[in-house]
Amino acid sequence: MSRLLPHPILSAALAATWLLLNAPPSPGSLVLAVAAGLTIPAVMRALRPAPVRLRRPWALLRLAGLVLADMVRSNLDVARIILSPDQAGRRTGFVSIPLELRDPFGLTLLAIMLTVTPGTLWVQYDSDTGRLLLHVLDDTGDDGWVRRVKERYERPLLEIFA
Amino acid sequence: MTGGDFPLWAACLVVALALAGAGFALTGSLGLIRLRTFYERTHAPSLSATLGATLILLSSMLLLSLVEGRPVLRDALIGLFITVTTPVTLILLSRAAAHRDRHEKRPGAPPKT
Repeated sequence: MSRLLPHPILSAALAATWLLLNAPPSPGSLVLAVAAGLTIPAVMRALRPAPVRLRRPWALLRLAGLVLADMVRSNLDVARIILSPDQAGRRTGFVSIPLELRDPFGLTLLAIMLTVTPGTLWVQYDSDTGRLLLHVLDDTGDDGWVRRVKERYERPLLEIFA
Repeated sequence: MTGGDFPLWAACLVVALALAGAGFALTGSLGLIRLRTFYERTHAPSLSATLGATLILLSSMLLLSLVEGRPVLRDALIGLFITVTTPVTLILLSRAAAHRDRHEKRPGAPPKT
């Protein structure tokens, strides 16, 4: 299993991508999809990618739904901020957030999640101190953003990436 | 592709989705002019990369599915790749700006982590 499929998630994703690109699926494209799923991860082994350990796939799906809803909501918020005539009365600023998450895949997902919600921008992560510097378009001035990132996004990621 | 062979409600939905997506992309572009500092302006393009792109891709998938008479999910891959690659650009840009602002000791420079 591990010799033939060193990265099962990557293999499945590659095969699915191949099938999506060559829809509708035919027997020929199915064979090629399986071939792509088997050979590309084998070539990738030269790069020595770290294996992904997913503990709770369902929690990941729930988190994806949450991020999707937050994405729509923050898009509307930022659109309102851009179109509002009062540009001077708004507070923006940097928020420093101490993270417990250390897993590189978890941090990657957190960076993507914070970027797809406009209004938050990942500026810098310091791996020595584990602190994340975030720029927020709508700064509340208290620890609201710290709590939001830690409780809403970091906790499920800690559960998923052990 | 001849068109005209699918119902009116579907055509309206396709147009509404495309227009809404274009509206968000336009708002994001307006933000580049209206917002004041560099860090604020980096928030604006993510409007077109997220909801703008999603709505336009949904419109495209719906239209292609109706024209070809089967579900066409290929465009979802575009959305996936935009979602995965946009953060890289934005994080690199903000990191470079933070480095420059701290080095030149500008007033709006981000604090040390």
